[in-house]
Amino acid sequence: MPVKKASQRSFFGKALQELGEADESIVALDADLGSSTKTSDFAKVFPDRFFQCGIAEQNMMGTAAGLAAAGKTAFTSTFAVFATGRCWDQIRQSIAYPQLNVKIAATHCGISVGGDGASHQALEDIALMRALPNMTVICPADANEAYKATLAVASMPGPCYIRMGRADFPIITEEDAPFEVGKANILRKGKDVTLVGSGQMVSLCLEAAEMLKGEGVAAEVLNMATVKPLDAETLIDSVERTRCVVTAEEHSVIGGLGSAVAEFLGENGNQPMVRVGVRDSFGESGDPEDLMVKYGLTKEDIVHAARKAVARKQKKKGFLWRK
Amino acid sequence: MPREDSSIDALKEKARLVRRHVIEMTCAAGSGHPGGSLSAADILTALYFRVMRHDPEHPEWEGRDRFVLSKGHVAPALYAALAEAGYFPTEELLTLRELGSRLQGHPSKGKLPGIEMSTGSLGQGISVSNGMALAARLDGSDHRIYCLCGDGEMQSGQNWEAAMFAAHYGIDNVTVFVDRNHLQIMGDTEDVLSIEPMEEKWAGFGWNVIVIDGHDFERIIEACEQARRCKGRPTVIIANTVKGRGVSFMENNPEFHGKCCSDEQKGVAMSDLEGCL
Repeated sequence: MPVKKASQRSFFGKALQELGEADESIVALDADLGSSTKTSDFAKVFPDRFFQCGIAEQNMMGTAAGLAAAGKTAFTSTFAVFATGRCWDQIRQSIAYPQLNVKIAATHCGISVGGDGASHQALEDIALMRALPNMTVICPADANEAYKATLAVASMPGPCYIRMGRADFPIITEEDAPFEVGKANILRKGKDVTLVGSGQMVSLCLEAAEMLKGEGVAAEVLNMATVKPLDAETLIDSVERTRCVVTAEEHSVIGGLGSAVAEFLGENGNQPMVRVGVRDSFGESGDPEDLMVKYGLTKEDIVHAARKAVARKQKKKGFLWRK
Repeated sequence: MPREDSSIDALKEKARLVRRHVIEMTCAAGSGHPGGSLSAADILTALYFRVMRHDPEHPEWEGRDRFVLSKGHVAPALYAALAEAGYFPTEELLTLRELGSRLQGHPSKGKLPGIEMSTGSLGQGISVSNGMALAARLDGSDHRIYCLCGDGEMQSGQNWEAAMFAAHYGIDNVTVFVDRNHLQIMGDTEDVLSIEPMEEKWAGFGWNVIVIDGHDFERIIEACEQARRCKGRPTVIIANTVKGRGVSFMENNPEFHGKCCSDEQKGVAMSDLEGCL
């Protein structure tokens, strides 16, 4: 059956425009990438409330902070790599510390950016945003969730980071499915291993779960769309039953979803865990699908990780890794 | 709103009190930035006691003019002006930098009434001021945004992004002060990393540029009036000042950029500040 795909960016653009219609306090800022980030939809309808900032992201974040300090809800948009790394200090000092209503909606995350190569592939952005106090971090699984996340962050106080992809991602959630910031959704029940995914890796977790079924392994799939704050309750509830966990993200294994889950389980449990993600490396140019294979981000990689996790659970003791 | 006596003589007296607070606060804290606080004291006094429309009884009043301290390290002078204006008791000034104090080492928005933005990492205040100014424009409010920057701070690139942005959008409700005291931690700005020519730089970015003596109240007030009348573009007031102004051994001495004085020096400083400058 052909999988239906859609663009998270387009759905974000649609949501932003709807927000603009409903609420005059919504403003948007972009850094010469509006046609890619889709803030151009908002700009066309609300030219007075859209501020083209040019290729000057630090100033964009500061300006957004000022607008928010004066009561506006400011959406800033650019590629994830620029939205986080290039202006991290501005986000820290002028947005997160004073807890302002700035919603950083970043597109072109991860390795699937493809041909632009390492300079444009954000693989550290979640780590950068997650480390900031007061910051909420959301990685929608598909376009429907990108739409819902955009609406959701507008009505919650404080700074938020929404991470979206460049390519069209498979639609795996229903339009009317619940979406709550800070709440993970269980997309598939299973008793043998918990697969925790974020972003487009959630769809691959579902495919991996189907493959694992053929091996007699019943995998549970959690869509951890909010990476911070982590939905510890849903995570514990699942891992308590399955007693082992795999995380999957289109991000470095350092500082992202895998780290968040490992930090939590390290302090609160002793379940075997394996992370699927980019192994402390920059990306490179290539076809997105080939890059996902080369950097270990396929459903097969998730299946392999699940087998390891299940085997460790059965072995019960000892380290997997020795020098 | 009720306004205290704002004659030039009264402003001089307020500035004297602000300077005395700066010395007392930084001595009590055992750290802080007296040099730049003293160079900016007259500008802050003019703003809070003559130029700005604000109401210490209602710090969140929507029609108020906003002040953003981009050079966040001179928080002692800002706190002193706010306390003298009535935003909080002057006794609280001595809690500067103490654990649990609302008077953080650098301004923290939300902690203390009158603080419009958290600052301290240099180069960010003009961007924030521009955002506040655009919000005022959207809301049809005639309030103004004042931003105080250091001169060493001009080395930071974000200022020039913000300068370009403000001119592009014709933001005329922002007035930026550059506290041109010529000194930064490692010495003269022109030796550390030359920022000159300041006037030409700002003019080249499309700003209305006014150069004044930053310790002359009449000139500060007049420059702010001129900025208010200037339509369609933002105004920068390059205020020539003396770092450490008013305390003999601190004047033009980079040593007191980020260091308080000893007990002995404090006696001299307080006696220097017994009469108006």
